[in-house]
Amino acid sequence: MKKAFLIGWKDVKLAFRDRAALLLMLAAPFLLTLGLGLVTGRFSGSSNTGISDIPFVIVNQDEGQLGTELVKVFESEDMADLLEPSSASDPVAARQAVDEDKLAAVIVIPAGFSESFFSSQDSIEAPAIELYSNPARPTSVGVITTILESFLARAEMIRAGSEVTLTQLLSTGRLQPQEVAAAAERMAEQQSEAGASNSSLTLKNVTESGAEVDFDVLAYMAPGMALMFLMFTTTNGGRSLLAEQRLGTLPRLLTTPVNTTQVLGGKVLGIFLTGAAQMLILIVASTLFFQLNWGDPLAVLLLVLAAVVGAVGWGMIITALARTPGQVSAVGSALMLGFGILGGSFINLDNMPNWFRVIAKITPNAWGLDGFNTLALGGGLANILTPILALLIMGVALFAISVFIINRRGFGQR
Amino acid sequence: MMAPILEVQNLVKKYGDFTAVKGISFDIKEGEIFSLLGPNGAGKTTTISVLSTLYTATGGSATIGGHSVFAEPMTVRQIIGIVPQELALYDDLTARENLSFWGQMYNLSGKTLATRINEVLEQIGLTDKANQRVKTYSGGMKRRVNIGVGLLHRPRLLFMDEPTVGIDPQSRRAILDSVKELNRQGMTVLYTTHYMEEAQELSDRVGIIDHGELIALGTQAELKSQVGQNETLVLAVAETDDPQILADKLKTVPGVLKADVIDHTITTITPDAQGIISPTILLANQLGIKINAIDIQEPNLEAVFLHLTGRALRD
Ligand SMILES: Nc1ncnc2c1ncn2[C@@H]1O[C@H](COP(=O)(O)OP(=O)(O)O)[C@@H](O)[C@H]1O
Ligand SMILES: [Mg+2]
Repeated sequence: MKKAFLIGWKDVKLAFRDRAALLLMLAAPFLLTLGLGLVTGRFSGSSNTGISDIPFVIVNQDEGQLGTELVKVFESEDMADLLEPSSASDPVAARQAVDEDKLAAVIVIPAGFSESFFSSQDSIEAPAIELYSNPARPTSVGVITTILESFLARAEMIRAGSEVTLTQLLSTGRLQPQEVAAAAERMAEQQSEAGASNSSLTLKNVTESGAEVDFDVLAYMAPGMALMFLMFTTTNGGRSLLAEQRLGTLPRLLTTPVNTTQVLGGKVLGIFLTGAAQMLILIVASTLFFQLNWGDPLAVLLLVLAAVVGAVGWGMIITALARTPGQVSAVGSALMLGFGILGGSFINLDNMPNWFRVIAKITPNAWGLDGFNTLALGGGLANILTPILALLIMGVALFAISVFIINRRGFGQR
Repeated sequence: MMAPILEVQNLVKKYGDFTAVKGISFDIKEGEIFSLLGPNGAGKTTTISVLSTLYTATGGSATIGGHSVFAEPMTVRQIIGIVPQELALYDDLTARENLSFWGQMYNLSGKTLATRINEVLEQIGLTDKANQRVKTYSGGMKRRVNIGVGLLHRPRLLFMDEPTVGIDPQSRRAILDSVKELNRQGMTVLYTTHYMEEAQELSDRVGIIDHGELIALGTQAELKSQVGQNETLVLAVAETDDPQILADKLKTVPGVLKADVIDHTITTITPDAQGIISPTILLANQLGIKINAIDIQEPNLEAVFLHLTGRALRD
């Protein structure tokens, strides 16, 4: 067992020292994900703010009902993950904190806001809510703005007539003229929704807007790319078995006190560890650089391991059937691309005909993507047991067939 | 003489229909250097591959240290060390990492492993460059690492399969010297080569192999006595002249059995070396070729091979 591990570990080292392999293992999937992110506008703003726990301050100088309600909305349970509001009494200090990039924004609800809102018909004189925003955190500010606007829209509904608040926002320079149309549209939507139900704002309302759609694209593409290039790693690992035969290191291994099970086990372990390391590096990198939320870490880890098992099975079967390292590379590349397409790394399988989705099930990509998507949408381990099981069965079955073929052909023996 | 550490009886190895080794028998005594001398394709590597448990034999038997090579391969593997003909190293690992990996395959670990790695690095003269990746090494340095791997676990019997093929004279010299040194320290060596000079310099006993058959076996003296009276005349030709022209002419001289060119020396095989010195000098003068030195050598292994097969070793 120890020798198998040493053989495998040696292969992990070699894989991570092979520049060409690294390019395809890590650089390609990462850059493709990044490229797709750029194309879909995922990074249109600054990317150094995550859309969770947005820090901001509410200065509520209003004694009326409206101010209290607004604070309630921001502090509601539904917003707890997304927002991290705190209240303060000094707007100057709060603005300073924004300037120092400690906060995403300050919301100042001016004294007498409720009163004037409900009484005044003269929009010019009505005191406006001030949103002092941090330009370095456009996404966070966007989220707060959206919540604020939808709240105001609801308030407007009560008062009937939404043009006042828009004008207020405009007149204070908090809302750019070109944004008015969009804001108005959203307000209209919010109004109709608010009309339908009296419930307070939910996270869902907010995340249905703008940025969140792109976020979904990336959360879909990143695992797709990782799974596709995982197939490269496993077929390349299988290739190394035949390459070692040619290089003479495999025959040499078989003259040392190591048996064939240890050698084969070590090679497979090496491929497995390399693939797992590749996936985990890609996941951590996309979490750090793209603020991608992959979901429950334990479930993600188990799914990764299962996906690697499935992919290793394919890498081994190709190796068992091929005669030269070159054949493994060629078939491996074809399989990587084919499985990428078939398995949904490029196209959403939900839009494909039924027969296509059935065939897609032979790929680890399809099962893996299924699982990763479930997790990204908030699912837990219990929801991905089917893909995990399918991947494990796929890997073990393919591996068993491979070992049978390899043994029949004589492993290193003549 | 000590007991044999290796005994081979009627060893046969077929690749499909082709018989590469045709029932050879020999033994190697503890403490000796035994050379398998034979041209390319003679079956040297095949023999080593079978004896090192890599290939299964088609027939015959072999024991190493009293253990059957075929029935107890794992025990045998621990006794033997192997220096394969082709480099078998991981290019993207350093020399130290290679030694460490292979040492662990030979069940070394911890302090013993660390000590052995340092000793071997010293032995192969690569202590300074130990932490460079093998792919940055010259051919000679790689050969030395390849040898080092075979020495790590202090094998009782070391198989060296043409360890000097394709390297510069200096590295070759170093390798031959280290083989002698290892043997002096008590290691038994099975050395294969197609260079007559190497077998001659190193071996206590020699087996001459050709077309999968062992056509001669014994001490160098025993083998040479088979040749009869053939002698070798070695001519050192001036660097500026072409020795091939002279060699070609020499082949037509009566009594000259063979005239081979290696660099700027001509090796002539003849029953009467003294007798052909004057015709040789005459020929050289006619061709305007300058001879720097003339040396008459005793019958050698090249002559033995020629005598037994009618062919030259390195053709
Ligand atoms: N794996 C193999 N399959 C078929 N024939 C082989 C194989 N290896 C060697 N041979 C043949 O067996 C003969 C002996 O080869 P080998 O043992 O490598 O000779 P040597 O090492 O003396 O040069 C050669 O004719 C060679 O072509
Ligand atoms: Mg050979």
